[in-house]
Amino acid sequence: MDTLLVPPAALQRRPGPLWLLAEVTYRCPLHCAFCYNPVDFAQAGPELSTDDWLKVIREARALGAAQFGISGGEPLVRDDIEILVREARQLGFYTNLITSGVGLTEARLAALKDAGLDHIQLSFQDATREANDLITNTRTFDLKRKVAAMTKAAGYPTVINCVLHRTNIDHLDRIIEMAVEIGAEYLELANTQYHGWAFLNREALMPTAAQLAEAEAVTERWKARLGKKMRILFVTPDYQTKKPKKCMNGWGEVFLSVTPDGLALPCHTARMLPGLTFPNVRDHGIDWIWHDSPLFNRFRGTAWLPEPCQSCEDKDKDHGGCRCQAFMLTGQADATDPVCPKSPNHRLIETALADAEKPGTVRPLVFRDPKNSARLARPF
Amino acid sequence: MTADSARPAINRLFRFQWEPAQQAHVLLYPEGMVKLNQSAGEILKRCDGARTVPQIVADLEAAFNASGLAAEVEAFLEMADAQNWITWNTD
Repeated sequence: MDTLLVPPAALQRRPGPLWLLAEVTYRCPLHCAFCYNPVDFAQAGPELSTDDWLKVIREARALGAAQFGISGGEPLVRDDIEILVREARQLGFYTNLITSGVGLTEARLAALKDAGLDHIQLSFQDATREANDLITNTRTFDLKRKVAAMTKAAGYPTVINCVLHRTNIDHLDRIIEMAVEIGAEYLELANTQYHGWAFLNREALMPTAAQLAEAEAVTERWKARLGKKMRILFVTPDYQTKKPKKCMNGWGEVFLSVTPDGLALPCHTARMLPGLTFPNVRDHGIDWIWHDSPLFNRFRGTAWLPEPCQSCEDKDKDHGGCRCQAFMLTGQADATDPVCPKSPNHRLIETALADAEKPGTVRPLVFRDPKNSARLARPF
Repeated sequence: MTADSARPAINRLFRFQWEPAQQAHVLLYPEGMVKLNQSAGEILKRCDGARTVPQIVADLEAAFNASGLAAEVEAFLEMADAQNWITWNTD
C-alpha cells in the first residue's frame, strides 16, 4: 500500500500567524490627531471580556504565534491587562505593551513585571511640553518622562516611539536629545501613516519636503554620534518616497489584529474596507479565521492583483501596497496603492504633496475624542 | 577577541526559547523573531553567563560525540556578538 508521507506543497497548510496584536480598547486618555484608529470608533460594539481575550490568546498561540502585542486606545484603561500578559507569557508568547504611559503607576508596573511582561514601548508625542500637550490635547508630558524613568528602573529597556508630522518634525533634534537624556536604547521615529484620524487631519499633519529632508539629516547626524548606544529607526513616509509598502508583510501572511469589539483583521485598519465580512472572535475560532475566512483570503498573495501590479516586477516585494490607502484615496480597495508612481491615480499623491508646500492653507487639527467620533461618524 | 575566561549570556533584549510550531530554537524580540538552525540553537542554549567558551565547546563535543568544534563555535559567537544577541560576563 502506498502512503503519502509528505503531502505535496500545495496541500500543506500555510503557517499560522506569528504576531497577535490585541487592541483591547478604543478608550484613550490622549486625543492624538494622528491616531490610526477608525474615526467612528464611538460606534464600535462592546469590548471583549477577559475570557474572550484569553481564548484568542490560547488559540493564536496554538497556531504558532509568538509575538503578543497589547495596544489600543490606551490598553492600561482596562484592569485585566496583567491577566492577559500572564497567560500569554506562560504559553510562550513574547509580550509587548504598547502604551502612552498614562495609567502606568509603580504598582501597576510591578504587577505587569510579575505577570512576565517582556517589553514596554512608550509613545512620545513631542519634546516640549507645549507641543506634546497640543497634539495630544492633554497635559501628559511630565508624566511621560516619569514613566520612562520608572520602566527603566524596573529593568526594562527603554524603547520609545514618536510619530512625526508637520507640527513636531522641526523639533526632532530636541526629541532625539531627550531620548538620549532618559537613556533610551531604541527610538523609532515613524512618519505619520495617513489612516483614520491621521487621514482626516492629513493636510494639517503633512510636512513639507524641506522639513522632511532636514529631519533625515538631523537623524543621520545623531546616528553617527550615538552608534550602538541608542539605535534610531527612521520610518520613511510612503507618500514622499513613492514606494508602496507591503502592508504587515502581506495580507494574512504573519499578522493578526483583533479589535476591541472582537473583529479579526489582517492589518490595523482593515475594518474600514467596504464589502467585506469581518469575522468576530466571539463567533469563530482563530484557526478558521486565519486559514479559511473569506476576509483573510481576500487579498492573500498576488493572484488578485490588478494591472499595472500584475505584470510589475515588484509585485512580490510590495503586493500592490496598502489596501486601506488604496480605498481611502480611490474608493477601490483592490486598486494599486496610489503612492506608486505607476498607479493611474498617483496624481492624488502629487496633489497632496503640492498642497503641503502652500503656505497658510493649513486646517485646524481635529482631535481624536468620543465627541468628535460620534459627530463625524465616518471611518476615516 | 574575547578572553577565554569571558562567559557569554543571552542579551536581555532577546528571549531564547524552543518554538514547537517552528521546530527550532528562536530568539524573540519586540515585534520580531530570529529562527535558529540546530547548531546555533545548541550553542546559544549553553550561553548561560556561567560557562566559558572553552567549556561550551567541550560540552558540545561531548554531547554530539564530535571534536574540533572550537572554530565553528567561536565564529558563531562572533556573529552573535555583532548581532547584539549575546553579552559577555567578565567578572
